[in-house]
Amino acid sequence: MENLNLEGSAKTPTVNFNAGDGTLELKGRSIPENSIEFYKPLNDWIDGYADAPKSATVVDVKLEYFNTSSSKCILDLFKQLESLDKQETKVQVNWYYEEDDEDMAEAGEDYEAIINLPFKMIEVEEI
Amino acid sequence: MTSELLTTILQIMESKMERFEERPKIKKKVFNVLVECLQNLYHHIDEDIDDMDTEQNELNSLFMIAKTVSTYTITTGNYIKPKEVDSLRSKLDLINGMTKDELKAYYKQVLNEGTMSAKGTAGLGMIDIARKSGKKLEYDFAPINNNLSFFSLSVKIEE
Repeated sequence: MENLNLEGSAKTPTVNFNAGDGTLELKGRSIPENSIEFYKPLNDWIDGYADAPKSATVVDVKLEYFNTSSSKCILDLFKQLESLDKQETKVQVNWYYEEDDEDMAEAGEDYEAIINLPFKMIEVEEI
Repeated sequence: MTSELLTTILQIMESKMERFEERPKIKKKVFNVLVECLQNLYHHIDEDIDDMDTEQNELNSLFMIAKTVSTYTITTGNYIKPKEVDSLRSKLDLINGMTKDELKAYYKQVLNEGTMSAKGTAGLGMIDIARKSGKKLEYDFAPINNNLSFFSLSVKIEE
């Protein structure tokens, strides 16, 4: 299966979804006016990955900013991964946030409360 | 309010805050609230463009940002139909009546149970703005005529 690599822009994050080692990275900012269009290929890729996933899947979310349009798409992405978890792969989410960014830490906790996946909160100096 | 204009305003504001050597925490809050406020304008105008009754000048919108020593105030304004006033007012009053924890719970509920429009709006904008600001949302509806009101929203971010 092909990897999904998208370069980040002023309003969209860098995407590195690697089918070979089961790491899915989302990095930068996600603030498009309409996020549905941007996230569709990501959902499609996960659908494809679901056919033959690695035994462990690690999701690294390293977002500096995301808007409310993206928040719903990110939830849907987690829900997709939640349905994969414990079937053929074990899914782990690493939620990165910058020091003092309580809002981003809290956003991670919000997802953790809704989604039945293990979340690890990771504080870093800079994303 | 076009997508390009929105990007430009965000870029200008980001470099200005960089120059002010604003604390990262405040910078992020201001940026987040700006994104939501400006995208509210963008989506609202996008809806009105499809409405044949909308006059050209009704697509105009207002954006202001002010900074004092310790507070940023972001103000936006746009024309709305009088029939939209009541539901928007109730929504804002509901949000303003909530504590920090209630807002968090409400956000999670709408995030999890709400549906997304084809235009990519999730009904979370105002809740998110209130959470990031930590202050009550100040708003006003000024009646223009039988077919038009002017909605203004003012959001404060304090150090």
